[in-house]
Amino acid sequence: MLVGLLSARIADRLAGSRGNPSGVLALDDEQLVAALAGTGKRHEAQRFLADFDVERTRTAIDAAGVTAVCRHSAAFPTRLLQLADPPAVLFTRGNAVRGLRELARGPAVAIVGSRKASPHGIEMARELGRGLAAARITVVSGLALGVDASAHVGTLAGQGFPVAVLGGGPDVVYPQANAGLHRRIAAAGLLVSELPPGQRPFRWSFPARNRIMAGLCEATVVVEAAEGSGSLITTEFAEDLGRIVGAVPGPALWERAKGSNGLLRSGAAVVTRTEDVLDELYGIGVARPPDGAEASDEASAAEGRPGTGSAGAAVLAAIEAGGGVDAASEASGLPVAAVRATLARMEDSGRVARDGLGGYVRRSS
Amino acid sequence: MLASIATFALEGVDSREVTVEVDVRRGLPAFTVVGLPDASVREARERVRSALLNSGLDFPLQRITANLAPASVRKAGPSFDLALAVAVLVAGGQVPAEAVAGTAVCGELSLSGALRPVRGMLASALAARACGFARVIVPAPNAGEAALAEGLEVLAVPHMEALVELLHGRWTPVPVAAAPGAPGASSPGPDLSEVRGQRDAKRALEIAAAGGHNLLMVGPPGAGKTMLARRMPGILPPPDFDEALDITRVHSVAGLGDGELARERPFRSPHHTISPQGLVGGGTRPRPGEVTLAHRGVLFLDELGEFSRPALEALRQPLEEGRVDIVRGQRSVSFPARAALVAACNPCPCGATAAGCRCGELERARYQRRLSGPLLDRIDLVCQVMPPPAQDLVDSCPGTGEDSGSVRARVVAARQIQAVRLGGSAATCNGEMDTATARRHVHVGKGSRRRLIRSLEAGALSGRGHARVLRLARTIADLGGRDRVTAADLDEALGYRLVPPELAIA
Repeated sequence: MLVGLLSARIADRLAGSRGNPSGVLALDDEQLVAALAGTGKRHEAQRFLADFDVERTRTAIDAAGVTAVCRHSAAFPTRLLQLADPPAVLFTRGNAVRGLRELARGPAVAIVGSRKASPHGIEMARELGRGLAAARITVVSGLALGVDASAHVGTLAGQGFPVAVLGGGPDVVYPQANAGLHRRIAAAGLLVSELPPGQRPFRWSFPARNRIMAGLCEATVVVEAAEGSGSLITTEFAEDLGRIVGAVPGPALWERAKGSNGLLRSGAAVVTRTEDVLDELYGIGVARPPDGAEASDEASAAEGRPGTGSAGAAVLAAIEAGGGVDAASEASGLPVAAVRATLARMEDSGRVARDGLGGYVRRSS
Repeated sequence: MLASIATFALEGVDSREVTVEVDVRRGLPAFTVVGLPDASVREARERVRSALLNSGLDFPLQRITANLAPASVRKAGPSFDLALAVAVLVAGGQVPAEAVAGTAVCGELSLSGALRPVRGMLASALAARACGFARVIVPAPNAGEAALAEGLEVLAVPHMEALVELLHGRWTPVPVAAAPGAPGASSPGPDLSEVRGQRDAKRALEIAAAGGHNLLMVGPPGAGKTMLARRMPGILPPPDFDEALDITRVHSVAGLGDGELARERPFRSPHHTISPQGLVGGGTRPRPGEVTLAHRGVLFLDELGEFSRPALEALRQPLEEGRVDIVRGQRSVSFPARAALVAACNPCPCGATAAGCRCGELERARYQRRLSGPLLDRIDLVCQVMPPPAQDLVDSCPGTGEDSGSVRARVVAARQIQAVRLGGSAATCNGEMDTATARRHVHVGKGSRRRLIRSLEAGALSGRGHARVLRLARTIADLGGRDRVTAADLDEALGYRLVPPELAIA
């Protein structure tokens, strides 16, 4: 509440310091007011404290369907306490009991990346989400557009438990385009925020949200990030905590993959499939997703399905390289008509997907 | 004395008979025209007077009243000049009335008395023949076009003096043969073999031509979309005589014809800033729009995403029904508009290639939705056009692929199969089959049927997409000369379908 009231002041205060607000949020009420003294609003903050009624606030929080977990509660995720500035309170919406148990039970992985991701990034995020969910790993992301949303969608598709860390209050839908996803996660997973119910997100609250994502998770995987992307803030926090950082490699020339490729250069784990994340978490070859790669290989091995023959493999490889039907025909030696037919069968068996303008994209399963 | 002469006036792309009555009476010299003439028709008075006097004829200094019947229809344009002049001559006794019996007259006059050509002569000649006229007097430049209406005697007259000689039986014009240009003569248009690579797009073009399907090409700028589309008329079957007449008539009405019978199908590529009226026709005096000018040919919409939404919405009716109905005040005009649609667009809003693209998922999805919204129902095939490898551009060996002639031969064969199968129904090609017709004529095997059911149940195929895929598969089988639609035909058809945005990944 207090944070909400003072947020404008906080933002002012932070304008010069490269948007890392964690120091401020770590302060308790007294210190916070003291830190912001002199900005002319001290008396307002004190009045707020004087008016503060615990019962009334609790009722309001309950009414919003929100569960608040205090930093000192036993249910508070322990990994989060390792942050230099853990949030004082986590406001959660959805299945709080199960969610907090899931977070305490085993490793969690954050999948983050660009809001303006390429079809490749979207597909990778979805596939990693699905694969990790199938391996019973909690997948955390930020419910932003692009990679975040796709990671949640993949988690839901894999029957997993999605955890979304929000930049606004846990009941505030932002961005509006994700309203449906917000609802689905509230029903099947957990929405988490350090801001109180009803609070609109601030500019600074997104980098602050990123530190919670990094803190909650054993590993953070960046799917696609340009240079200066907010995802890199998340990995900075993760590195500071000594957690695992991984990145999905993108084409060397893509501006939109510069940041994620930069992570790889500085030693992040290369992630091209779910197994890569599992290897990092448990050691190489220790854990395997229960269904996924093997299952689909098995399916395609049956009765000479497309994609197993050398021509089919060549078609798939050409599509994967971003080529069109012509390139696939060139590579496989099949006539273009046969390539179309092959691709249609591959679409049927889920090995390629279509975009809204007729293009083919390789599915990574 | 009273005289009446038949002429023809354009309405849409048709012509209707108008009777010009002239009454010459004693009284103060005056020349009035009644029968809802607009300003351009009233000006005919001055042209008629000067043309007669400059041709050494008399212009009666009496009270002249001209009536254009039916008087309830608004008249416009200069095509009444000649009929007014002849009627004045007959009413003034300078020409025997029986000389113009059974004769229609159509033309514009210059002040010197020379006859000038008018638009839409073919439509007028066809209407004259239909109305039972044996002869038609036309300006010499229009003669070839008028002669396309077989069975009608066309008298080509250069100026008023010659006309008077003709009507007195003292001069006979050179008989006019139909303008040359036998339909089906080899086309000098751009050839398909000039396009390097792009085998996928060429295949899509061939299927679209063979079945009358509408095609959407997706590719970055400079990949060759326009180049490919321009070659579509060259692989469509050559127009038969009736189609050629249709094309010529429309172009003559729009003032685009050269007076000869069209040998090739038209190719129209309006700019994306075009208004809805420009695209489908309109105006206070309704004029044909681009979709009508592309009648029996190809309408190419480049940068489909840049066209205004009202313009694309206006295209629905013509693409659906093959004609445009324009209602203006008291009357409505119907233009023919049976054109093959070829559209092209960029793969994403920025138009860059994959490596340089900075569009987000949401922007791409929005772009795809905007594109597919209004025209989705009418696109049967979508293909990608990738920029050709640099090697292909630099290599100097010309003519790597098939030429348009061989592709056209396959298309013609496929169309013949369709014509036989669809004989007696409203459709002339697979693309025009409605759902019921498609269901009757397209049979797929048991395996393919299961495949379709699975796709429908999984939501990968919409109900509308299902009918389209069947039609397309039928055309692919026809191209291959197969009676039955095989699993491979169906698979290929599925590969060309446009996935509705709600079913596609962004």
